[in-house]
Amino acid sequence: MMYHPPSNKPVHRLFKFPGGLHLPDNKAQSTGTPIRKARLPAQLILPLQQHIGSAAQPIVSPGERVLKGQPIALGQGRISAPVHAPTSGTVTAIDAYPVPHPSGLPAACIVIEADGEDQWAELPPPINDFEKREPELLLQRVQGAGVVGMGGAAFPTRVKLDPGPRRRIRTLVINGAECEPFITCDDMLMREQPERVVDGVAILMRILGAEECLIGIEDNKPEAIAAMTRAAETRKLAATTIIAIPTHYPSGGEKQLIRVLTGHDVPSGDIPASIGMVCQNVATAAAVADAVLRGIPLISRIVTLTGEGVALPCNLEVLIGTPLKDLVEQVGGYTGKAARLILGGPMMGFTLASDQIPLTKASNCFLAASSKEAPDPGIATPCIRCGKCADACPVSLLPQQMYWYARAHDLEKTQEYHLFDCIECGCCSHVCPARIPLVQYFRFAKSESWDQERERKKAELARLRHQARAERLARLEAEKQERLRIKKEALSRKSKADAGAARDSKQAAILAAAKRAAEKKAKLAQQGVVPGNTEHLTPDQRRQINLADARRKPASGPDDQPPRPHDVQDH
Amino acid sequence: MRFPLISSPHSERPNSVTQTMLWVILTLVPGSLAMTWYFGWGIPIHIALATLTAIASEGVVLKLRGRRMAPALNDLSAVVTALLFALAIPPLLPWWLTVLGTAFAIIVVKQLYGGIGYNPFNPAMAGYVLLLVSYPVEMTAWLPPEMLNHNPLDLEQTLAAIFGSTLPAGLSWDAITMATPLDQMRTQLDLNIMISEIRQSPLWGDFGGQGWEWVGNWFLLGGLVLLFKRIISWHIPLSMLGALLVFSMLFHFLDQEAYPFGLFHIFSGGTLLGAFFIATDPVTACTTKKGQLLFGASIGIITYVIRTWGGYPDAVAFAVLLMNMAAPTIDYYTQPRVFGHGERGND
Repeated sequence: MMYHPPSNKPVHRLFKFPGGLHLPDNKAQSTGTPIRKARLPAQLILPLQQHIGSAAQPIVSPGERVLKGQPIALGQGRISAPVHAPTSGTVTAIDAYPVPHPSGLPAACIVIEADGEDQWAELPPPINDFEKREPELLLQRVQGAGVVGMGGAAFPTRVKLDPGPRRRIRTLVINGAECEPFITCDDMLMREQPERVVDGVAILMRILGAEECLIGIEDNKPEAIAAMTRAAETRKLAATTIIAIPTHYPSGGEKQLIRVLTGHDVPSGDIPASIGMVCQNVATAAAVADAVLRGIPLISRIVTLTGEGVALPCNLEVLIGTPLKDLVEQVGGYTGKAARLILGGPMMGFTLASDQIPLTKASNCFLAASSKEAPDPGIATPCIRCGKCADACPVSLLPQQMYWYARAHDLEKTQEYHLFDCIECGCCSHVCPARIPLVQYFRFAKSESWDQERERKKAELARLRHQARAERLARLEAEKQERLRIKKEALSRKSKADAGAARDSKQAAILAAAKRAAEKKAKLAQQGVVPGNTEHLTPDQRRQINLADARRKPASGPDDQPPRPHDVQDH
Repeated sequence: MRFPLISSPHSERPNSVTQTMLWVILTLVPGSLAMTWYFGWGIPIHIALATLTAIASEGVVLKLRGRRMAPALNDLSAVVTALLFALAIPPLLPWWLTVLGTAFAIIVVKQLYGGIGYNPFNPAMAGYVLLLVSYPVEMTAWLPPEMLNHNPLDLEQTLAAIFGSTLPAGLSWDAITMATPLDQMRTQLDLNIMISEIRQSPLWGDFGGQGWEWVGNWFLLGGLVLLFKRIISWHIPLSMLGALLVFSMLFHFLDQEAYPFGLFHIFSGGTLLGAFFIATDPVTACTTKKGQLLFGASIGIITYVIRTWGGYPDAVAFAVLLMNMAAPTIDYYTQPRVFGHGERGND
């Protein structure tokens, strides 16, 4: 008999990633009250692009009535996701509206005027026996439900779950770290609805055929860890370990979490599937469970509204497309302290100019920060090369060097210093004593590099086109020359053959003509007419000529030759 | 209402340059007080003089460069330079040398290269070396520590000596000044006197010269506070002191009478001040961890080599400046392995 220790849970060995920060977590503000369902808004604005990849294509038109859960736009291409109507109502417009995006630019949205009935469309049937179903069927359901990564990046989940036949997935990593300060939507989800997450995990395991599942949760969420552990036990989840990891920003970064839980590094520029792993957020797992077990597409999510700028910080279950303004009203409106509106967390979120934007599948947190919570960093001063940024970087970059080259527009050098390994976590900017917005420089350098790459590709294409054109012209010219040459050759061959005959006939013609002329002359001579071009001369001239002829006759004797015209003229 | 658009992160920033410099200044206070205790009023007078000169020089250059004065002066880096310079020079140095050295440090070494963050050389050390090679006599005329000083000068007399080059009646410069312990050790070793004999003199304390070693202790204390506050990392001080200790112990082991023991080098001259406050100047040191180890160790070794076989009794300043030159190259070749890039650097 094997000995089982009293606690049958082995201690899971944890690993560290370099750098990182210990930040005040500011989570308690929004975890005091349970998740509430947000009010049904009068109008919903659904961006067609709520995910990474190509935008969805609308399949409804203005004036059309739609039902809750009905697809209203379909994914285009492999990396895309459909959009569903979050409630019943009428499509009033398909047009450009402000959307939550760092650029602040408007984008195409479908606007639905809610009818208040919240009437469901006919949903696809639940797949309760998912353990016996083909992964492909489950994948189709996940894709059809519009599930995307809900941790913030919004990458279409199906693509991540289908890494191709050559990549065998051993480990499913579930991300419940929620390492950014202020954000508590995953925490509250795990506390209150751990079954949804755990069911989702079981489905994901089935789809991937993974051998084990590691669920990493930062140890500042003991309630969530306890609730998830209980749910996993109730659901008898096999091969799954729930692991409390140290609270250490950015442990919720995909590659950082994998390092912490497994000790493995995902190779630079590659995805976790390259080392047999797939990472999914807890909210994504819950959405997968809804899609498979209940047929419900991704039409709502839990959003944290927090910060000193809102009266009652809390978590709301929100229909996708709900205008942020509606939600702020439901949490008591703004306090006088709201100084900066941030979508996402304080470390990686982006600022909003106003709350007149809809929430999307990726919106996890709205932070109305006071000037104390998000103070103005002040003027950036020269870098003193203290290296604090390098100490804090979770990827072991040298931000001070990259900054130097980014400032000098030396993009090649920034890439030599591994610019594209930067995850933009904000640690370097946070610790910089000179208050240099390092991450902004790196974003700038990245987009400049992409631009340059595009330009390079364009130039390359133009070069290829030019080359092709030059080749085509050269080819046409060569063909033309060839044709001419062939024609010439044919001609010259022909003329060579004909040459002799032609010469003979010409000669004969000349001889014949000479003969005819001689005959004519002889005939005229017989008649006593001396040829001369004397026909149209005046009688006086004629007389002179006759006189001259008479003088010449005795001197020269008989002469066949006609008198030369100038002789006539001169005398 | 429109809210401001600002790039992330949106957090309360824990560090600032001013705060960093302020910590350096604060942690230099115990050592400065100790030096004042042992070497008299000359120390605070030179600190004040150097600080005023530094601020004035910085202000003038900023004005000439058309830069805003407030942010650059508020960062206190000029004060740190002045302080480090003042702590390195002899207490009765003529005032105009202090002004010259500090002005050179700030104007030429720092501002002409672009100001804070752009200077390749440590300004205080460059200013010190300028004076050391140009005015070797004045720069090596130290005072004996308080316990050995039979003619201590009061504040008024010190002011007169520094600003007027006049000494109280009956005293001569030769009578009141004295070489540093490092200098004495070196001169006598050159005369082939054995260390055991040299150390018979009352000049010597437990490790270095009397008084001097205590000054070193206070700088060590300040340095440890900087380490604890994470203003500096351990890499440069530890590697510098370690290399110096290893080298000196090695030669001491080979010949105990010709090469002083390890702790003599640690507690003499500018070693401890240099290790914690000068070599760690972020602008001019290496920034990679591996680079810092190499940088610090090289300073330790060069210091030992010049002290033992070179032409100057102390060498921390030379060693720091020499390694300042090498820092960018060292940084280039000691880049850390980036996450996800395999064990051998570039993928």
